[in-house]
Amino acid sequence: MLSLVVLSAPIILMYSWLLVASFSVRITGLVPHGFTLENWRFLGRALPNEASIWTTTLNSLLFAFAVGILEVLIGSMAAYALSRLNFAGRGVVLSSTMVLHSFPSVTLLIAIFLVLRFLGLYDRLAGVILVKLALDLPLGIWIMKGFFDNVPWDIEMAALIDGCSRLRIWWRVMVPLVKPGLLAFGIFAFLSGWNEFLLPYVLLPSQNSQTLSVLMASLASEERFADYGLVTAVSVFYILPAVLVFALTQKYLLNIFSGGVKG
Amino acid sequence: MQVALEHLSKRFGAVTAVDDVSLTVGEGEFLALLGPSGCGKTTTLFLVAGLYRPSSGRILFGDRVVNDEHPQERGIGLVFQSYALYPHLTVFENIAFPLRVKRIRAGEVARRVCEVAEMVGITECLPRRPGQLSGGQQQRVALCRALVKAPAVLLLDEPLSNLDARLREVTRAEIKRLQKDLGITTVLVSHDQAEALGIADRVGVMQSGRLVALMTPRDLYERPPSRFVADFIGTPPINFLPVTVADGCLAIGDGVPRPLPRPLRAGRYDLGVRPEHLTVAADGDLVGEVILLESLGRETLIHVKFAKTRLRVLAGPDAPVTLGQPIRLRLAWEHILLFEAESGQAALP
Repeated sequence: MLSLVVLSAPIILMYSWLLVASFSVRITGLVPHGFTLENWRFLGRALPNEASIWTTTLNSLLFAFAVGILEVLIGSMAAYALSRLNFAGRGVVLSSTMVLHSFPSVTLLIAIFLVLRFLGLYDRLAGVILVKLALDLPLGIWIMKGFFDNVPWDIEMAALIDGCSRLRIWWRVMVPLVKPGLLAFGIFAFLSGWNEFLLPYVLLPSQNSQTLSVLMASLASEERFADYGLVTAVSVFYILPAVLVFALTQKYLLNIFSGGVKG
Repeated sequence: MQVALEHLSKRFGAVTAVDDVSLTVGEGEFLALLGPSGCGKTTTLFLVAGLYRPSSGRILFGDRVVNDEHPQERGIGLVFQSYALYPHLTVFENIAFPLRVKRIRAGEVARRVCEVAEMVGITECLPRRPGQLSGGQQQRVALCRALVKAPAVLLLDEPLSNLDARLREVTRAEIKRLQKDLGITTVLVSHDQAEALGIADRVGVMQSGRLVALMTPRDLYERPPSRFVADFIGTPPINFLPVTVADGCLAIGDGVPRPLPRPLRAGRYDLGVRPEHLTVAADGDLVGEVILLESLGRETLIHVKFAKTRLRVLAGPDAPVTLGQPIRLRLAWEHILLFEAESGQAALP
């Protein structure tokens, strides 16, 4: 317990400092001075050379929600099929999804850029969502396959006897049974989308399509001088939804470890 | 609905789970399939249900060959050993599930669910979830879910094996009553002979995928067709003694030969005698030694060392025996069974 406190203390201290600093006039070294709302001016009017914060936030939200929802939807269908249906090439699919996951996505960036440009999806949110899905789904499918594996066969056979098609079994029986796990997975996928930096940074260059993570990076690496007050305020603004999601859904998140099935 | 299996086989890779099984279940008949675990009885049931496809042979419902029909087209109700209730639905919704799939009107669904719940006596459980029910109640819910479709054939896979002993007897009687009231053709699978013999009109015994006997419970006990069946049926189990037959006479070990009621080919046989057909008597033919006494309440089970074998004898609770004592036993010759030593087939039909 004590070691946990000691280990997490620096993190908590840093975040507290970030919060205080975002309301400070000046920061000398690590010491903040004075109180001001000036750092939060970006909420009202667009920053010079930047799109409105609300456009950027909307982009981030769209991106994170799309990733969360689509990963659960597509992933759980694939996971059900891999867990329960006996089709040709099932073993190959299972092992190759794992191989896909083990590639570092950076190495694919140029290829992805070319493909997206060819498809007319470069600098479009939909394009990055597709790429993110493709890169994250393999692991997601494996995790969700584990949920379905835990549902007894008898229940599925009972549903077959009761007259369900396999699609209906997936939707009416299996999904409700593994819902806690899917919900947890969806939240993790949402947060992963919210935090994603590399893909939007490379594939969404224009200001109107950038996400919060990209805005953060551009503020922190401003060429002439970095406005640290502004950077801290935007940081707090960027963290807030993630913290909120964690706080509200904490009890569901643990379900990802319990196999996803409720007693 | 009459159900017939014709030369039915099911292979999983190199393993033959069901091997050339033929049988007919009459309209309204209650048939039990009995056998040790792994004998293929559940596979046979799942073949009838349509959960497995036969490797060869035919399954007929009435005149209809159902080999290629999906489970939902066959008009069956199946109760699983694990009950397989849907944990996320209430009892009402569990029972209503097959009707909802068929898109039956809500009013009709409610009426039929309540009707079948009342018949089985679980009306007060309807709003609860399966996790809040006892094993016996869950079992009844599973039965309701199978019956609510008004199936032509009811299939029961070890329906009582997860219940405690007392509840098992109550439920057994209940299932038998329901089956007779509804007149529904029923196949039950069990490894428990008391369950199978007590509930069914006829019992099929399976061994390594083959159907080795199919007869009434009484015949199965009194005139088993093979040594395996005789050994499998009956608690405490039957006794076997090696005997020889020569010149129409039978001799136990070196004992005095005794004429047989019917002439038999000379050779080696196994004599089977049930524990209740051996009695302690001063003038008995068999002399052994008491090695163990087990009190069963109503009776005492005496283990007797005789020659190289052990005999089990059922006697009254006050039988005059003590441990380590020599004992004389009389054999009820009219009840003996004879099996050929080589093949194990019954020699006295």
